[in-house]
Amino acid sequence: MIEKALNASNRFWGWIIFLLAIIGVGFLCYLHQLNTGLGITGMSRDVSWGVYIAQFTYFVGVAAGAVMLVIPKYLHHYTKYAKVVVFGEFIAIAAVIMCLLFIIVDIGQPNKMMNVVLFPTPNSMLFYDMIVLNGYLLINVIVGWNTLLADKKGLPCPGWVKPFIYLSIPWAVSIHTVTAFLYAGLPGRHLWLTAVMAPRFLASAFAAGPSLLILLLLFVRKVSKFDAGLDAIQNIARTVCYAMIVNLFFLFMEFFTAYYSNIPGHIHPLEYMFFGLHGHDALVPFLRTSVLTGFISVFILLVPAFRRNLKLLALGCFLVFLSTWLEKGVGLVIGGFIPNPFEGITEYQITFPEFAIALAIWAVGALILSILYKVAITVREEEQIV
Amino acid sequence: MYDAGKVYLGLAIFIGIFTFGFYYSHGTAAPQPKPSIDTPEINKMAKKQCVEDTEFMRSSHMKLLVEWRDEALRNGNRTFVNSRGEKIKISLQNTCLKCHSNKKDFCDRCHTYAMTAPYCWDCHIDPNGGKL
Amino acid sequence: MSIDRRKFLKMAGLTALGLSGTGAYELLKPGALEASHGHDAHGSGHGSEAAEDKNRTRWAMLIDMTRCEAADVEKASHACHHAHNVPDMENPKHAIKWLWGETYEGTFPDSHNEYQAHELEHKTFPLMCNHCDKPPCVRVCPTQATFRRPDGIVAMDYHRCIGCRFCMAACPYGSRSFNFVDPRTALKFEDLNKKFPTRYPGAVEKCNFCVERLADGLQPACVEAVPHVFTFGNLADPDSNVRKILRERTSLRRKLELGTKPSVFYLV
Repeated sequence: MIEKALNASNRFWGWIIFLLAIIGVGFLCYLHQLNTGLGITGMSRDVSWGVYIAQFTYFVGVAAGAVMLVIPKYLHHYTKYAKVVVFGEFIAIAAVIMCLLFIIVDIGQPNKMMNVVLFPTPNSMLFYDMIVLNGYLLINVIVGWNTLLADKKGLPCPGWVKPFIYLSIPWAVSIHTVTAFLYAGLPGRHLWLTAVMAPRFLASAFAAGPSLLILLLLFVRKVSKFDAGLDAIQNIARTVCYAMIVNLFFLFMEFFTAYYSNIPGHIHPLEYMFFGLHGHDALVPFLRTSVLTGFISVFILLVPAFRRNLKLLALGCFLVFLSTWLEKGVGLVIGGFIPNPFEGITEYQITFPEFAIALAIWAVGALILSILYKVAITVREEEQIV
Repeated sequence: MYDAGKVYLGLAIFIGIFTFGFYYSHGTAAPQPKPSIDTPEINKMAKKQCVEDTEFMRSSHMKLLVEWRDEALRNGNRTFVNSRGEKIKISLQNTCLKCHSNKKDFCDRCHTYAMTAPYCWDCHIDPNGGKL
Repeated sequence: MSIDRRKFLKMAGLTALGLSGTGAYELLKPGALEASHGHDAHGSGHGSEAAEDKNRTRWAMLIDMTRCEAADVEKASHACHHAHNVPDMENPKHAIKWLWGETYEGTFPDSHNEYQAHELEHKTFPLMCNHCDKPPCVRVCPTQATFRRPDGIVAMDYHRCIGCRFCMAACPYGSRSFNFVDPRTALKFEDLNKKFPTRYPGAVEKCNFCVERLADGLQPACVEAVPHVFTFGNLADPDSNVRKILRERTSLRRKLELGTKPSVFYLV
């Protein structure tokens, strides 16, 4: 089926070449990083995780979003999603590959990477993260590819694929929970030491993943003959809306606990992120924009008249993606390190090589997504002709 | 055969590239490395012997060093009892290199010949080396 | 004997299950989880309440703040950093610190008493790895590159460290440093302690309670440099020097509410 991606317009090839160029630049920067060390990034002794891990954290959420389609279609036989689920699974594949790449570029000694497999450590959450991420990738590749293949042949989905589909549901929840456990079990970081860390991750995942899917489906409607169906898209949009409401609610919970208890250790990271602390306020514009766009997006997606307007829908979904990205991809990880364990503040600023490498991994995700979507769209288009 | 010219040309290039190693060295072998044990500490020794015998060290010094590092660092046991019953202090820099203080003429001779670059020296210091 | 695809797949699946079953058993059987506490499956790596025993060891460091001045902290830090070839990095973001000075506020941030005794409030406190009895860094390390020895020291195996920096996020005390660049760019060969290695870019490092000196029967470098401030001894032996001092002097430990049970005591 991959040959279907090769028969494409010049516009598509131009897009691929553009992505390859970005990947090339980022790859060269990565070679520089391998040579010199992670010192070429903006990370420091105090802020020891930066853009790479933050992006990984965010895209684990995007990957889990596919489950919001799988549950209605396979557990509740919501047939309107039948043509759409595979597009969610392909987003999951691209997102998980991005996650794995972000982890690899963040590791200080990548040639020792196999130590995590050679010396299994059941008490470490990173050990489980490695297992669940790779497992989720495998599940989505198996399920996505085989269901699409069955559609192409005009046959029902083969029976042996069903267990993998059902497995993908708790597994999607697990990738998120385990990633949240990376943060939620650390005693010294007040921003992360909260029981709602995993629920927050899940809520923002179920908002971010499907919102990206809607944006892509609307785009696919414009550039190809495949129409996912407005009913399906509206239903996904409702899911995004409610997930985003829960996400904002959880954020409010964090504020309440910190500020009502008045414990300085709990307040300081939130204060740094949203209001600035002792004159340091580098993250404030990002976090405030995150909250603002979050509320606007909920307003758009909640009101049926706005949601049915496809242009506004696209705007709303984009704002959901932006809001959750700013909150997780910029705020959460970096904010957890500030203030440092001595109540001092070392701020974080991205460097160009770091940005180039991160952008290159985004481009790899876009490349994988483009190719897989091209295959899926072509199969759907051919189905319609028959 | 279609495109016979291109096929033959491609084959010629392929063979040329893959036999490069043979004809570039004119069919001769590189000289066998001769690590030197001419160091002050070794010259002082009445019977010149390492922690184990030469044959063992030649074939298995890498394995021994890996066992040593896990014993010393992870198990906290810095004493090695060799096959002769002698107690040796486990340390690359302070035991091995105490006698073999000429890393360039000893360790490096075989490593360069075999094109291995053990990463030990990224951290462990050659006490007699003038550079890092 | 011909076999159809279905039968083959059934057999292959059962075999895979069987193989992974034994693997899973090895991983999860009782005692296997203690592996991350080093080479000790007897359970003595689990904290020392049980052991009031002259034969057990739990190393601890006592720091007498009534006799410690800023110059003493400098001296101890220099001794430690020289003995272990710790580089002095130009860029403060890439700083590597095994033993360093911090204000009273920075040492005890969440329990800052702003009406503290004047003498204590302006002291420079020497900070180092606390070699906790229940170390969060050991809990999170995915390769057991950092592990707790039976004698209480939280050790680093640089050979195994992949540089993921999870331990740095987990440490509540900020004791750990990462080699963002090659440390040898900030070291001169002549100034090195030739008996001890350097580290390389991509590994995490921290105070190691001078395990290599202890193996030779020596005291840790900071204790040797400033003996009137630093005292090192066995906390598990009720008759040891440190236990005698702790019975008589008031001591503080950092962030006790986190349950890490640190082994560094500040005598005030």
